[in-house]
Amino acid sequence: MSFFKVENISISFGGVKALNEIAFEVNKGEIFSIIGPNGSGKTTLFNCISGIYKPTNGKILFNESNIMGKNPHNIAKLGIARTFQNIELFPYMNTMENLMIGRHIYMKTGIFRAAFMLGRKSFAAKEESFHREKVEEIMELLDLQSFRNRFVGGLPYGVQKRIELGRALALEPKILLLDEPCAGMTSDEKEDMIFLVQDILEILGVTILLIEHDMKVVMDISNRILAINFGSPIVIGKPQVVQNHPEVLKAYLGEE
Amino acid sequence: MNMKRDYYEDINLFHSKTVIFWFAVLILFLVLYPFLFKNYYIYVANYIAINIIVATGLNILVGYTGLISLGHAGFFCLGAYGTVILMVKAHIPFLIALPLSSLFAGLFGFLIGLPALRLEGPYLSIATLAFGLTITQVVGKLDFFGGREGLHTSKLLIGNLHIDSDRDFYCLLIPITIIMIFIARNIVRTRVGRAFIAIRDAEIAAETIGVNVMLYKTLAFAISAFYTGVAGGLYAFVLRFIEPQLFSQMMSIMFLAMVVVGGIGSTFGSIAGAILLTLLDLELRNILSIPYLGKFLESLSKNFFSITGVSNIQFIVFGFIIIFIMLFEPLGMFGIWIRIKKYWKTWPF
Ligand SMILES: Nc1ncnc2c1ncn2[C@@H]1O[C@H](COP(=O)(O)OP(=O)(O)OP(=O)(O)O)[C@@H](O)[C@H]1O
Ligand SMILES: [Mg+2]
Repeated sequence: MSFFKVENISISFGGVKALNEIAFEVNKGEIFSIIGPNGSGKTTLFNCISGIYKPTNGKILFNESNIMGKNPHNIAKLGIARTFQNIELFPYMNTMENLMIGRHIYMKTGIFRAAFMLGRKSFAAKEESFHREKVEEIMELLDLQSFRNRFVGGLPYGVQKRIELGRALALEPKILLLDEPCAGMTSDEKEDMIFLVQDILEILGVTILLIEHDMKVVMDISNRILAINFGSPIVIGKPQVVQNHPEVLKAYLGEE
Repeated sequence: MNMKRDYYEDINLFHSKTVIFWFAVLILFLVLYPFLFKNYYIYVANYIAINIIVATGLNILVGYTGLISLGHAGFFCLGAYGTVILMVKAHIPFLIALPLSSLFAGLFGFLIGLPALRLEGPYLSIATLAFGLTITQVVGKLDFFGGREGLHTSKLLIGNLHIDSDRDFYCLLIPITIIMIFIARNIVRTRVGRAFIAIRDAEIAAETIGVNVMLYKTLAFAISAFYTGVAGGLYAFVLRFIEPQLFSQMMSIMFLAMVVVGGIGSTFGSIAGAILLTLLDLELRNILSIPYLGKFLESLSKNFFSITGVSNIQFIVFGFIIIFIMLFEPLGMFGIWIRIKKYWKTWPF
């Protein structure tokens, strides 16, 4: 039985094949990385998995059931969370509230329960407190407590990246899609982020799909790697295998 | 570990003594108000309270969810006609007729919200505008609704109490207004409100974290329509008479202006906007009776504009206010919509 499997998905934008027959399988508890030059279709692949784009053919199987064609929010409910290459936070909410959005699917307060939030004994108030406590644990893990009540729009880039990760973790995902979590970071921040990712895997047992340009990072932490170029798969395998594959070398050297 | 945090503090409106104090002062002022001011100002207060309810509801749609509506006079009309007709024709008591017709307005809001899932920017503005115009046309054509002649309200009874004067109505209206503000605030401070803001600020991120964007967009329409319906039902009793012409396009624009002027996405901003524009609306009507300026404006108007120009000066001023806001956004109405959505993203801290 496979945990997560992508079966030959393809998608085009105005005649340009952004993804061409991509297929791979991810085992539970591994870090599976996707590499490729700029514009090779990595983010597009994540967008397909999270339901933002609908591939024209193929299947995406999570625990043996096809999630392709489902709406993004339903895919999130199954336990697939992500971060974005260009930070997509809610700048006018504070850190706590940004992470609380990650608890959305676990909460029940609708307009009526919210309307009758009278005092701390009411359902809405109790639920709020309960989930804020949960979020606090994540903030502790990511060292975000000092930003709890700050609007995230004005926080430093590296902090925003961590908040985005926190928001995804608040969903208690089974699979976490990380789109260039280290992009634009200083080498210190990068190192912290790598440790965090490994912690997430070990402490929370989340399976991770990772897109990352920094080859050293990728080779260090990935269990297996998929290399793509112009939307087509080149090779899947262990880091050493992918690293020395002639077409991978060519794709990267050709680019530089 | 260190002390456990009290998370209820984060969402509780009355989290400090200062807030409680100022709230008490406000309540005291509202209680004393009818004793301190003469009749006309009671009427003004009632009118303001009604617009506050509208602005609070519309702000949930425009300010928090980032959608636009140019047709909320339509929901106001539904609330007013619904309440009056249920009372006059079916003899249903006010306290049942008002929520019923507001729910009906809310349902309409939900239906109007459905195209909002597909339409964006100017197309959504046009769709909502069409709704606002259609409702008044339909109401004006049907005899059951009193046609062009309009409808008189029936006696307003709460139990055995006859709510007759503006003062009586004030005592009914102010508590309703406060409750409506409270509810709105509770909604925007908890799960549903966070979903609205999330949709406004980063729709894709909201979807991928589990927010059902379609559901919440229609919900925002429904809530704002419900609020506007409540306000409409109450408005009928401020005037004691309703006719289709009341619910004009200008009214929708004034509602939107209240939210935009007051400050998008803030409940207190909406309240401020409602107070400001209502006062402008009422006071500018009397501009001709200002000693010298009135005469001057009248001659100006007669020489250069139409004869009705000055009596409609409040609309001219609203026009200027809206133009003033649009100056910051040369793309016009579409720009306002963009502003609503992008304001939050591009504003440099
Ligand atoms: N919505 C879209 N409309 C049109 N073209 C698109 C769209 N999304 C992606 N593409 C195209 O698909 C190709 C792959 O883009 P994608 O963003 O997936 O690349 P990437 O591998 O993530 O690149 P990078 O390393 O720069 O992030 C590009 O040519 C891009 O222009
Ligand atoms: Mg990318």
